[in-house]
Amino acid sequence: MDKKATRTLLYIALFVLFLLHNDFWLWEDASLIFGLPAGLAYHAIYCLVAAGLMALLVNLAWPEHLDVSDDGGAEL
Amino acid sequence: MTTFVIFVYLIIVLGIGMLSHRMFRGTGEDYFVASRSIGPFLLLMSLFGTNMTAFAILGASGEAYHTGIGVFGLMASSSALVIPLVFYFVGTRLWSLGKKYGYLTQVQFFRDRWRSDGVGLALFAVLIALVIPYLLIGVMGGGITLNQITDGQIPTWIGGLLVCVIVFIYVTYSGARGTAWVNTFQTLVFMTLGGVAFAVIVNKYGGLASALEQVREVRPNLLIFGENIKPLKLLTFMCIPLSAGMFPHIFMHWLTAKNARSFRYPVIFYPVCIAVVWIPSVLLGMMGVLDFPDLQGPAANSVLVQMVARHAPGFLGGLLGAGVFAAIMSSLDSQSLSIGTMFTQDIVRHYGFHDKMSESQQVLFGRLFVTAILALTFFLSLITQRSIFKLAVWSFSGYAALFPVILAALFWKRSTKWGAAASILSVVLLWIYFFRIGWENPEYTVGGVGMMPVAIMLGVSALAMVVGSLLSRPPEQSVINRFFAT
Repeated sequence: MDKKATRTLLYIALFVLFLLHNDFWLWEDASLIFGLPAGLAYHAIYCLVAAGLMALLVNLAWPEHLDVSDDGGAEL
Repeated sequence: MTTFVIFVYLIIVLGIGMLSHRMFRGTGEDYFVASRSIGPFLLLMSLFGTNMTAFAILGASGEAYHTGIGVFGLMASSSALVIPLVFYFVGTRLWSLGKKYGYLTQVQFFRDRWRSDGVGLALFAVLIALVIPYLLIGVMGGGITLNQITDGQIPTWIGGLLVCVIVFIYVTYSGARGTAWVNTFQTLVFMTLGGVAFAVIVNKYGGLASALEQVREVRPNLLIFGENIKPLKLLTFMCIPLSAGMFPHIFMHWLTAKNARSFRYPVIFYPVCIAVVWIPSVLLGMMGVLDFPDLQGPAANSVLVQMVARHAPGFLGGLLGAGVFAAIMSSLDSQSLSIGTMFTQDIVRHYGFHDKMSESQQVLFGRLFVTAILALTFFLSLITQRSIFKLAVWSFSGYAALFPVILAALFWKRSTKWGAAASILSVVLLWIYFFRIGWENPEYTVGGVGMMPVAIMLGVSALAMVVGSLLSRPPEQSVINRFFAT
């Protein structure tokens, strides 16, 4: 898959994640999942999924042209 | 013991600030943006620490006390998606342009992008006006924390003064590098101590499951979104984290990055950091109803500090107090430095010295302005009502509504200074309009259906940018080539 198609897929995934933020199906659910209230557990997992998607974005669709003035060297 | 531990912590903070000064190169670029030398880990920690204010730490638990878990969806997980994307799409590009053309402030970029001093000046005024309540919240939060954690032994004004003096010393002495180093330390401190506080306090309730069961018995609605949060509010609250794209202090930290790759850690790990800090804060705020069932309105903002004082007095209480101080100072330092940079570069250097100013003069003025800003903030904190905390969300809303300005500057070649001016004007007018309504009624949403005013402000601002740009003459090709070469 070329980079443009990958990037498009990732942008679609971001939009889907944006939609999934609105968890109306858990609105009144007071049960516990992983020891947390269902709504809170959902949004905690949401944060981890967001981090995973960001990792894909960084590794598969990084704007390489912005690194042109990079001077390299050790980083902390 | 509590006070002793906090003072030891503050001395360590000062020591780190002093240590970083050993790398100071004596130039304006080094003082204001650490010679653009900060790597990915320090960038992640300093960006996260800067964005986690007293409002986030104390306000999150206070809000959870009233509305329960919904506050995490509103303020935390929305930020976990939006803020890393702002870093990815906006931060990296601004860093690249900043490095290429030597920008030190947002206004320098906007002035250059649209060839307009007027737009630069208007943005300067709006950005400064919106950050003032933010600064005050930090200083007042420090005072209130120290007062409550010492059971009233230390007056509020001394806590505020202490915060200002410590920040003053390491920011004026070490500039942006000191700020980044200290922020990293402080971010690690408040993330770690937040976890410790959570474990200790939850243990007092017999574990998490037991604590949540007790909350369920007293206030079952805190365990659900329910009536506390309207669906439209959750949806439109997503606009608020866009504010990160226009915060002067976030912009300053972006410019400190060594290269574009330094943004990789902030983009990936920011959502994880959000979860680590906010989940304990929200849960502790909810558990606050067990010990302090009658807190009304803004009084709930102190619930976290009160719980620490009750359940973890002495040494641990001091450590946890230090954690709250860490969150406060890691924002206040960046905010005061970025405003000092703006006054130095955008006003004194541009208008007073016609952009010809020696390196030592820039550093001197930067230090003078940081001193003046902290002094002014401290004196204002003495005469300001605590209801200032309500202003925080309005501050965020104003910055978020300006997001179309930066988006157009970076991605829309056809955008013009007239579009930018129209956008800024619309934000100012709508902000004043909604603020007048919202100040009287903190629960106000547009039409009473849950829509946050920021959504309207953002939409109108974007529309104004488009209409204003299309109705005015297109920008010159040389300008487009300068900013859209790649």
